[in-house]
Amino acid sequence: MHETDMTKALIVTVRDWWEAQPERVKVAKIHLIVGKFTCVEPDSLQFAFEVQTRNSFLEGVKLAIAETPLIAFCHQCQQEYQPEIGLQYSCPTCHSPMEDIRSGRELKIDRIEYCSEFELEKNASNI
Amino acid sequence: MHQTFNAALEINLLHANQTGADSNRAHFDDWGITCLNLMSSPGAGKTVLLEKTLASLNQEFKMAVIEGDMTTELDAQRLRKYGVPVIAINTGRSCHLDSKMVSGGIHRLEKEYNPYEFDLVFVENVGNLVCPAEFEVGEHLKVALLSVTEGEDKPLKYPIMFQEADCLLVTKIDLVPHLDIDLQRLEANLRQMNPHLTIIHLSAKTGEGLENWYTWLRDLPKNIKG
Repeated sequence: MHETDMTKALIVTVRDWWEAQPERVKVAKIHLIVGKFTCVEPDSLQFAFEVQTRNSFLEGVKLAIAETPLIAFCHQCQQEYQPEIGLQYSCPTCHSPMEDIRSGRELKIDRIEYCSEFELEKNASNI
Repeated sequence: MHQTFNAALEINLLHANQTGADSNRAHFDDWGITCLNLMSSPGAGKTVLLEKTLASLNQEFKMAVIEGDMTTELDAQRLRKYGVPVIAINTGRSCHLDSKMVSGGIHRLEKEYNPYEFDLVFVENVGNLVCPAEFEVGEHLKVALLSVTEGEDKPLKYPIMFQEADCLLVTKIDLVPHLDIDLQRLEANLRQMNPHLTIIHLSAKTGEGLENWYTWLRDLPKNIKG
């Protein structure tokens, strides 16, 4: 369950960002980019995030995970191809080994959606 | 209505681990130590390989082992018999070593020994073909072990481990006559994703191929630069 560690790292990073904001903000959604050619299972990450953020400043925050496909570039054929994970990694046309990975290794916190707590309170008092 | 803002972070999820790994590597570099991260599934023969290596190269290199074991000190006890420092890191239920755990080991090496005396540090990772591949610990090179009993399809199923490896040791080759493994196919599977990989066949039991592994270790400064 290395997703547990990844989630811890994610929470620490978001907390650092949150504490560095000049005013209190409410995080609404965290966007992650997770490549298909990583050891991370998005469902496990979702689960770990839900469990680890309970009773924290991130409780109820949505985790949006965008998966990127594994794409390699074959220098022999001068074209991109999608290796079949678990079956075939070399170029389907000329069988050159997979050397140049263009996408699929990403494990990134892309962006955070948030709103200002001050505005939230203002709206609440108007109701 | 309230306005939603976006903050672009574009930070790697493993950023903190990577920073820790870079710092560990800087320590090793300062001390003139080459660090190797040994990874494999459980039972591929990491510990026995270290036993043979420590026994054979004791006169040539000053070595130490940072030993990751889930709950026991069994492996560490086996290796201490060879008179080298073995720093056991109990990883609890974690399925891999991370740079912070190894940093703890490095501090003990610094505190209890003179780190400048050492040439080689082996990090024996937790037996697992998945997670250790994603967590750098500060090594200079990654050594993966695959025993012949595991079958030739493992590189296809666990590609990241084998794609990241600098050296692959095919272990337990004394068992090949009893198995259906196709070694050529295994090599082809490995080369599909890692064409420049060094592949060494060996048996720690019979000693076959161990000399090639030792030669690779002796050539390490050259291998790292390459």
